[in-house]
This record gives sequence, structure tokens and C-alpha cells, in this order.
Amino acid sequence: MTILLIAEHDNATLSDQTSKTLSAALQIGPDVHVLVAGKGAKAAADAAARLHGVAKVLLAEADELEQRLAEPLAALVVALAADYDTFIAPATASGKNVMPRIAALLDSAQVSEIVEVVSPDTFKRPIYAGNAIQTVQSTDSRKVITVRTASFQPAGEGGSAPIETVNAAENPGVSIFVENKLSDSDRPELTSAKIVISGGRALGSSERFTEVILPIADKLGAAVGASRAAVDAGYAPNDWQVGQTGKIVAPDLYIAVGISGAIQHLAGMKDSKVIVAINKDEEAPIFQVADYGLVGDLFTILPELQKAL
Amino acid sequence: MKVLVPVKRVVDYNVKVRIKSDGSGVELTNVKMSMNPFDEIAVEEAIRLKEAGKVEEIVVVSIGPAQAQETLRTALAMGADRAILVKVEDPVEPLGVAKVLKGIVEEEKPNLVILGKQAIDDDANQTGQMLAALLGWAQGTFVSKLEIDGDRARVTREVDGGLQTIELGLPAIVTTDLRLNEPRYASLPNIMKAKKKPLDEKTAADFGADITPRLKVLRTEEPGGRQAGVKVKSVAELVDKLKNEAGVL
Ligand SMILES: Cc1cc2nc3c(=O)[nH]c(=O)nc-3n(C[C@H](O)[C@H](O)[C@H](O)COP(=O)(O)OP(=O)(O)OC[C@H]3O[C@@H](n4cnc5c(N)ncnc54)[C@H](O)[C@@H]3O)c2cc1C
Ligand SMILES: Nc1ncnc2c1ncn2[C@@H]1O[C@H](COP(=O)(O)O)[C@@H](O)[C@H]1O
Repeated sequence: MTILLIAEHDNATLSDQTSKTLSAALQIGPDVHVLVAGKGAKAAADAAARLHGVAKVLLAEADELEQRLAEPLAALVVALAADYDTFIAPATASGKNVMPRIAALLDSAQVSEIVEVVSPDTFKRPIYAGNAIQTVQSTDSRKVITVRTASFQPAGEGGSAPIETVNAAENPGVSIFVENKLSDSDRPELTSAKIVISGGRALGSSERFTEVILPIADKLGAAVGASRAAVDAGYAPNDWQVGQTGKIVAPDLYIAVGISGAIQHLAGMKDSKVIVAINKDEEAPIFQVADYGLVGDLFTILPELQKAL
Repeated sequence: MKVLVPVKRVVDYNVKVRIKSDGSGVELTNVKMSMNPFDEIAVEEAIRLKEAGKVEEIVVVSIGPAQAQETLRTALAMGADRAILVKVEDPVEPLGVAKVLKGIVEEEKPNLVILGKQAIDDDANQTGQMLAALLGWAQGTFVSKLEIDGDRARVTREVDGGLQTIELGLPAIVTTDLRLNEPRYASLPNIMKAKKKPLDEKTAADFGADITPRLKVLRTEEPGGRQAGVKVKSVAELVDKLKNEAGVL
């Protein structure tokens, strides 16, 4: 049985989500091929070939694959499907977008966001915002799986897998890419950072979010997150949202500032190693998951913290 | 133009679910149920398109037990025109839901289907993409902005690094993200009026859809819990603990 891992990358670089997904894939079976679909994506393919445990890299390049639009990418994977019985990708925006499309085309029920491989056909996955963990067994002959990468370690390097070029499938041509508005920052990525500091509704404006949260993030080399309330109010961009319907993070240290701790937020961060909560309400539910709680006004605490670091 | 909006009846987002003691699933008796929040956003978006004169008819559909009627009535009270209940006893997996929806699309011939990006019970995030695949249509997922222009839709998507805009040829599938709109509440007069709007009952067999589950749920358990830690009194104490006790600084 061979596993096809659909790589997460931006053509130039391979995301570490790919390497964490590889760890999950290798627990399912030893024979893993990685598909790098993109344009000008040789560098990403080279990086995939260096991952320890990859047997082969498939590189498919075409204009319509540059942004990994769902329709041509799914068509490509289906064209390759005869050689594989398991299809796996990280549960990133891109993985969540394309994998169910592939699953339906293969008439397979996707297993979403696995956190544990129990056996090659049985997996654990959270439901109800992580308030329950289901163990599910897939009865499909071809399995389609997305991986919650916060639950897996990155695979090692040192491999030298061969890279094979494959042709793109015919483009269904039903969608076209217009533009990306991506935030570029020098801060680490939310999902791979060792430290995350997140702000909530209490920050009150995007100016104050910037003023009090970002200097501490910079001092700690931390990624910045936010609650839904902070994103909805425009204090922080959408890609900072941590939670059930945002990003799932599990850093060594998570600092929640002015966040009440709704279950939807906890779903995205409660697997962090150490949690710090700063909140003026000592009854705030966030304190029930925090290792260290500090009750008080964030606007006095954070400047102090900045100085103390 | 006609829009189809699938809505799911789920445990209300404010409820903290409990696991049945025998590990067979989540306790659903006497639990408050509501429309999946992302589906409220989908219904709202369809209504706004209608108010803008771009859409003539909004059909809502739910696949679920008899009580899913209440969810459909809520959508009708918000402003949808017509409802279809596909009655099933047991939960249907996203692939099965997508197959039923395909049958409905073939009958109703909508130009656009707007779904939620994710049902907050199964957290699957699959159905819209699967329906798009089964129909061979374009898909715009996790959408925070939707503009219809003739036979095309321009959508802005919430992606991991920020926002992405793509253009879809209609008919197409769109799934909603949180920032698309803020759904309205139904007014009392509209709730009364909704009782008279048409609601058809169907079965999965009416659409020739095979909804047999493919995933066997072996067990449902509590997640590994977390204990509340300690309250520190000052920033200095916090920094000291993080450095010397937790070793994370
Ligand atoms: C379908 C759905 C999906 C959702 N998905 C997510 C998700 O992915 N992520 C997410 O985060 N939420 C999500 N939510 C929203 C969630 O339910 C909460 O509404 C949200 O997390 C609240 O954000 P908050 O804690 O910033 O705001 P609030 O709940 O308003 O909390 C603000 C906190 O700040 C404290 N505070 C106020 N002023 C100060 C001060 N000066 N100093 C210190 N503390 C102060 C208050 O005591 C309070 O605890 C979702 C909701 C729904 C319905
Ligand atoms: N049983 C159902 N009835 C109607 N719509 C559904 C049903 N299940 C899922 N959907 C739709 O599909 C979306 C995504 O659900 P899921 O793929 O289960 O996360 C939901 O937000 C609904 O719009």
C-alpha cells in the first residue's frame, strides 16, 4: 500500500506542516510519496526529497497549479489515484479546500483532522470543538485523511528521494486566481512558533493591539494570535484567529491576553505545553486551563512584562 | 437567479457537550439545538443577494430528523422562500449529505449553493467541497466576501496567510466564513409568516442517494483534561516561574 501526501508549500519553500503530516503518514505505512503541485516549485520538491522517510517525490507544474486551485489540483490527484490507497494532507486552508473534493471524486468519506493514528484504517479525531474525541475506522478502500499538524512532530531530514515529473491533468477551467493579499511579517508562523501571544476583545482597537501585543511578541520571538472577537472587530487580521474555526496551535508557551476562554477559543490552544492567562476577571474561564494566571488590567501588566523580559 | 442553502441542525454553540458514560457518543437528549452558525451566515448572504435584486428565489434544505423542520422554519423566518426537509433518522456523513444535495440540485437547478464552511458538531469541513466535486462545479470555500456579476462570482477567501480572491464560473459552490456577514434575527411577524411558507418533505431515496455510513465510530471519549494552575501575584513572579519552573523563557 502506498500513501500519497499532498504537500503544503508556496512553490519556493516547503511548509513544516508537510513534514508533520509526513510523520502521521509514516505511522500509517512506510511507503510515502509526496506530491508537489505548483509552478516553479522545484525548490519545494527538493526540500520534500530531503525529508526522512519519503520514497519518491512527484513534481507537477502548470499555471493553474501555481496557487493550487482546488479543481485542477483535485483533477491531478484523481489522475494519479490508481497507484495509491491513502491520500493525506495537512488540515491547512489549502488541504481543507482540496481534500474533500478529492474524497468525493474517489467516492470516499474523508477523515478530517486526525490527531492520532491508531492503525492504518483507524484514527482519533476531535469533534464538538475538541470536547469529545472520536475513534473512527474507515471502511473505504481508498482513504482520504487530513492531519491536525499540532499533534505531530516534524519528520527528520537527511533523505534523498528521487524526484519524478508528472503531467498536470486537464484543467477543469471553472475558477481563476485573481490575487492574494498575504500578510508578510518576519514573525514566526502561528502554527509552528514555539511561543504564541494572543489578544482578545479587551484590546479595544487595532492601534492598541499593535501597541501592547506586538512589542512583546518581538521580544519573545513569538507569533501573534487573536480571538474571533478581536478579528471580527478588526483589531487583528483573519489569519491570526486561533480556535475551533481558526488555527490550531500547540506551542511551548501560549499567552492569552484579554481573552475570556470560550470553548471555541480553547479548542485552538488547549494542547499548548504552558498556558499563561492575563485577564482582569478572576472568574474568566481561561483561568481553568491556564498554568499561570495573572489577574489585572492588561494595559498596566503588558508594559511591565515588556520591561521585565 | 436561484440560490440553494443547506442548513444543519446542531447542538447550540453555547452548550458544552457531555460524553455518554458508555462511550457510545455525545449526549443529545434535552440539549439545546440551533442552526449551525455558519449556515445562518449562508442564509443571510442569500437574503442580501435577494435584497440587492440579484436573486429571485432562496430554497433552504436540511437533511435530518423531523425536528430539523424548526431549523428550516428559522431560515424561512429570516427570509428564505421555500424549504425542503430530507428526513433521516440517523446522522448522515458529509459524503452522504453531498449525494442527497446533488440530487436536489439536479431537480432545483440553482445557480449558486451557499453552505457553511463547517458544521460545529462533526467539525468535518467537507460537504461543500464534496458537492462541488460531485457536480463538477467550481468551489469558493471560507468566503468573507461574495460578489455576483452576471455569470461569474468573485469571492474573497480566508486562507492561512491572509486573503485570496478567485473568480468562479456559475453555477458554483460557496462556503461561508465568519466575516462574510452578521446574520439577522427573525422578527416576530416574520416568524408567523414563515409558518405559511412551503416546506416539502422528502427522503434520501427520492434522490437515489446512498447514505450508508463509511466510517465506523468505535468510541467517543473525553479529551485529555487540563488542570487549572496557579495564580501569580505580579509580573516579576510570572517571569520567574516561566524561566525557572516551566523553563519556557
Ligand atoms: C461558529 C463559531 C465559531 C467560533 N470560532 C472561534 C474561534 O475559532 N476562535 C475564537 O477565539 N472564538 C471563536 N468563536 C467565538 C467565541 O465563542 C467567543 O465569542 C470569542 O472567543 C470571545 O473572544 P474574546 O475572549 O476576545 O472576547 P470576550 O469573551 O468578550 O472576552 C474579553 C475578555 O477580556 C477581559 N478584559 C476586558 N478588559 C480587560 C483589561 N483591561 N485587562 C484584562 N482583561 C480584560 C474580560 O474580562 C473578558 O474575559 C466562535 C463562535 C462561533 C459561534
Ligand atoms: N445534514 C445536513 N443538512 C443540511 N446541510 C448540511 C448537513 N450537513 C452538512 N450540511 C452543510 O454542509 C456544511 C458543512 O458541514 P460539514 O462538512 O459537516 O462540516 C454545513 O455548514 C451545512 O451548510
